[in-house]
Amino acid sequence: MVELANRTLPLSGFHGGSAVTSLTPAQPAERVSLRARPEDVAALSAALGLSLPTQAKTSATAGKRSALWLGPDEWLVIDEGEGGLMAVLGSSGALHSATDVSHRNTAVLVAGPGAAKTLNGGCPLDLSLKMFPVGACARTLFGKIEVVVLRTAEDAFRVEFWRSFSQYAFGLLQDAAEDAAV
Amino acid sequence: MTKKSFRIKGAGRLTPARTARFTFDGKTYTAYEGDTVASALLANGVHLMGRSFKYHRARGVLSAGAEEPNALIDVARDAARRQPNVRASVQDVFDGAIIRSQNRWPTLAFDTGAINNLLSPFFAAGFYYKTFMWPKEAWAKLYEPIIRRAAGLGVAPKEDDPDHYANRFAHCDVLVAGAGVAGLTAALSAAETGAEVILVDERAEVGGALLFDTSTMIDGRPGYDWAQDVLSRLKAMANVTVLTRTTAFGYYTHNFIGLAERVTDHLPRPGKHLPRERLWQVRAKKVIMATGAIERHMVFANNDRPGIMLASAARLYLNHYGVAVGEKIGVYTAHDSAYEAAIDLKHAGVEIAAIVDCRTHPGEAVVSAARALGIEVLTGHSVLDTAGRLRVSSMTVAPNGGNGKRRIAIDALLMSGGWTPSVHLFSQSRGKLKFDKAKDRFLPGLHVQDGVSIGACNGTDDLPALLAEAAAAGGGTLSVSGSSLYGWTGGMIGAAEGAGPETAVKAFVDFQHDVTAKDIRLAVREGMQSIEHIKRFTTNGMASDQGKLSNMHGLAIAAEMLGKDIPEVGLTTFRAPYTPVTYGTLIAHSRGDLFDPARKTPLHDELATQGAEFEDVGNWKRAWYFPRRGEDMHQAVNRECRTARETAGIFDASTLGKIEVVGPDAAKFLNLLYTNAWDTLKPGKCRYGIMTREDGFIYDDGVVGRLTEDRFHVTTTTGGAPRVLAHMEDYLQTEFPDLKVWLTSTTEQWAVIAVQGPKARDIIAPLVEGLDLSNEAFPHMSVAECTVMGVPARLFRVSFTGEIGFEINVPADYGASVWKAIWERGQALGACLYGTETMHVLRAEKGYLIVGQDTDGTVTPDDAGYGWAVSKKKPDFVGIRGLQRPDLIRENRKQLVGLLTKDPTEVLEEGGQIVADPNQPKPMTMLGHVTSAYWSETLGRSIAIALVAGGRARMGETLYVPMKDKTIAVEVTDMVFFDKEGGRIHG
Amino acid sequence: MFLIKCPYCGDERSELEFRWAGEAHIARPENIAAISDEEFAEYFFLRDNTKGVAYERWRHIHGCGRFFNAIRDTVSDNFLLTYKAGLPRQPVPGPQPVTPDAPEGGAA
Repeated sequence: MVELANRTLPLSGFHGGSAVTSLTPAQPAERVSLRARPEDVAALSAALGLSLPTQAKTSATAGKRSALWLGPDEWLVIDEGEGGLMAVLGSSGALHSATDVSHRNTAVLVAGPGAAKTLNGGCPLDLSLKMFPVGACARTLFGKIEVVVLRTAEDAFRVEFWRSFSQYAFGLLQDAAEDAAV
Repeated sequence: MTKKSFRIKGAGRLTPARTARFTFDGKTYTAYEGDTVASALLANGVHLMGRSFKYHRARGVLSAGAEEPNALIDVARDAARRQPNVRASVQDVFDGAIIRSQNRWPTLAFDTGAINNLLSPFFAAGFYYKTFMWPKEAWAKLYEPIIRRAAGLGVAPKEDDPDHYANRFAHCDVLVAGAGVAGLTAALSAAETGAEVILVDERAEVGGALLFDTSTMIDGRPGYDWAQDVLSRLKAMANVTVLTRTTAFGYYTHNFIGLAERVTDHLPRPGKHLPRERLWQVRAKKVIMATGAIERHMVFANNDRPGIMLASAARLYLNHYGVAVGEKIGVYTAHDSAYEAAIDLKHAGVEIAAIVDCRTHPGEAVVSAARALGIEVLTGHSVLDTAGRLRVSSMTVAPNGGNGKRRIAIDALLMSGGWTPSVHLFSQSRGKLKFDKAKDRFLPGLHVQDGVSIGACNGTDDLPALLAEAAAAGGGTLSVSGSSLYGWTGGMIGAAEGAGPETAVKAFVDFQHDVTAKDIRLAVREGMQSIEHIKRFTTNGMASDQGKLSNMHGLAIAAEMLGKDIPEVGLTTFRAPYTPVTYGTLIAHSRGDLFDPARKTPLHDELATQGAEFEDVGNWKRAWYFPRRGEDMHQAVNRECRTARETAGIFDASTLGKIEVVGPDAAKFLNLLYTNAWDTLKPGKCRYGIMTREDGFIYDDGVVGRLTEDRFHVTTTTGGAPRVLAHMEDYLQTEFPDLKVWLTSTTEQWAVIAVQGPKARDIIAPLVEGLDLSNEAFPHMSVAECTVMGVPARLFRVSFTGEIGFEINVPADYGASVWKAIWERGQALGACLYGTETMHVLRAEKGYLIVGQDTDGTVTPDDAGYGWAVSKKKPDFVGIRGLQRPDLIRENRKQLVGLLTKDPTEVLEEGGQIVADPNQPKPMTMLGHVTSAYWSETLGRSIAIALVAGGRARMGETLYVPMKDKTIAVEVTDMVFFDKEGGRIHG
Repeated sequence: MFLIKCPYCGDERSELEFRWAGEAHIARPENIAAISDEEFAEYFFLRDNTKGVAYERWRHIHGCGRFFNAIRDTVSDNFLLTYKAGLPRQPVPGPQPVTPDAPEGGAA
């Protein structure tokens, strides 16, 4: 029996924020980049136990599983529970592409009254509640990197990005969180 | 001697109890909190604040705002926190400020550069273009160094900027630029509708002209009080953001506005958490420009002495800062507004020597009000000249066109040539200006973006009309009433009496660049017809103030000389930024670690622990080599190469681009995107693929593994990953949209550990489960999914060294752990860690090409010796037609070959040019260049790869690489230098 | 900085999220292997570079990732229409917008 590999999280040891914004590395989660045509959405939704959103900038959540609309045939499915997304999708019987990106992405939870201001330190989206209500999501930019932003509450966001950008993302979030507190 | 104060008791709005001390050129002064540097110096009787650019003329502060051309100062907290070229009229004084004058030596009062003033006949307009033409040699040695030393005003600090800066993206319904009476009214009107409003003003306080205009009543109150009341109402509204000390510096496409907010420049001891400045990138649904107007100076002889300033500026210094700009003040005007400055000063107890009005019929109300106070008003008169060395001491006055010069002693002279609407933002928005002939001014015409101009910048002079216009622009139902004591009329543009064509006097049009009325006339006489040419010939309006005062005068003088109407001569384009913006603001957070992302692989910390030196590859940090104690790079790389070939080497290949291609049409799609054929590749196998663009040139390469019928693991070069994916997406979405296949970047999903060398299998075998690693079961170019240390992995049997090799892909978070275990095993078996340098040497020994190093975007697969990778059977692939172009199939194309130096110890330089005959006359015929060159420890000699014209037909030929100090003879060879039979790779 | 309405996302987003992708409606010839050198040059190298109303491809690269088509006035920079990739060339919507003169060159 060989020794088992340990997991090292890209944002382990990071903590930060300001008086108005907390920054917390998200727990590891299973993530799948899901691609499919409109005719297969229903079957995939059934397999996942949630309705894959078909409107831009929207997401769907059921329990610990969320599906974020990223493009007309593209979703980021995040499972913070038992996982098993690849198997579930594989058994859906629907034509699709599912690629495991659990380790490609990592995330920071940005929360507090200054959360939107913090993100707008580097993100050009209009994050007002009117334009970006709870549940809204989008792939966009944060400073010089691409991120996926999901609004989880009025004053809370989940920000997903590729792991090699962790230090940059956290550094800019920290800078922006401090400025949001000014 | 006690310092004399020019503060007027009871005047102004600053609190005497709150003072700040600062130094100006080493001398300590006291200011009130809220003072600008200019108002504080004036309060201390200091008018001399700077020297002009060309003639080094003594200059005082001309204005009290953003338009200031003269009083440019250097403001510092310490050596690093220092900014040159700051306008004294907008910089707040803070306790401890170190202010210095600029562009003078040794002192402001005694400046040797002022010799230029006496030499001014040599420095006339266009002197650059005329003077430095010959001798040619003198340019580099003499003229340029002198010009460079003389150019620019302030001196930039050499230290790193210790402050930090911030950025904020914002959206709003209405952005109001300018918080004067119009802007405040519009903002309140909009805010009352519930709209999201951002109101900005460049000054510390809102009010605009109401800061100096004390005779205007709004809603039954003094204008200033009304403004402060509106401000507090706006601040109390959740849908309003008020930003003072904030300049709307640029109006860009689609209602995108740049704001520069100065957060700490006025604070004596700013908290470390505060950014010095904040850049706001605002997208507004509607932009309301309420940017006001700027008073013009009068163009007459010696109109630039310290003590001569705009009338409205003197009024602001009095009514807001409580400072009298002199004790015996003259006024020279073509506009009624200057009378009010004289009246206010007279009320404050200051002697007004005379009001000289070049008009014969000024507004009766102001004239009688002035005369009622005992002020002498000389209508139909002009100021012909002034005197005084470091401060104006007298003015020479005469009736227009007549005799009877009179010299009047003064210590300050206020000017008003009327008001120029601030149409900068409107013009930046690409709106077209129209000329208002009656009032000699350009006004906003058609707004081409969702914007509107209101108030003084729109030429709306009448207060009730202005208030109605502003309220309507805000979109609300707000109604504001207002009245002014006097109506304002008048104004003139161009040169005044006494600055006529025949005189040789200096009547300044552009103060900062020392452009006189004579210079403009000279430009026209020398043939300049267009205002764009006149501007560049004279540099009028090209100083840091961008001609806020000078443009209209310059235009009018040119038009007169040309005998044309002003609209015919045209106007130069206003450009962002409205006032200078620091680099710090524009860069904002992007400094230091945040300048650019430094991408680190999942193994980075482990590599660093093992002593890796890193190199930058794009944004990635890649392990370059692993020096052991006492080793230099060369020794480390030699050891790594030797160990990898003899035993094994372990390498972090995580940065390799990876794209998962999934779907029933995956093979069909790859067939179209690569030159190779993929439908013949069996699951569990890999193939090296070449991707060309439509033009037939190599775009990228990499190993592609087929995991299942409908799933491929594609690898790309490290640097090529994003563009290759974009290139594939482009074809998939727009040319082959019917294919059932999808692409996902998985570069970062996997940590990739390459183990290469004779003992590679021994090292990894104990860690791998569920896979027979034998040559028979898992030969070279195999791929399999298996388990490594309990985690799902993808194992590739591939080699970029020519040795037996494996690339272990594990989910990234497990990478460090697996790496540690492999390195532990490797160490026990005598393996080494190696970096990118050794990787380069090992692959070059085998003649494996690196796209982007050995190819340059003009190399076909055949040129590279990879013609075998181009399918002859496929009906179509990207590049199939491009490869048939005449130039791509002609003889004698540059081809990749090996080069061996005649002297085996000589390592060529990459980029070295190759010739057939080193003795041919220059310019020599180049055959190509060296693309890769290394010392090969394995072979005990140098090796190189080169692109050489007709290279493959030159095998055995001797060619030459001429270098600066020698010529190196080389032999053309095959690209494969080591293990030509390729047996080692199969183990 | 442009504000661009992505036809897939449905709302206007900052130009930062987009990448320009050249002239639109240039289809790759189906029989590309058989076309003449002149036809290949026309397809691959030659572009109109229109001043005024131009048909362009853009990609919402940092958004939904989709390529799409746009009708942009290259003088005023106004987007007259954006539409999904694959749709035929759309007519220029009326009424024609006012286009100001191109800004003149040179520094201020």
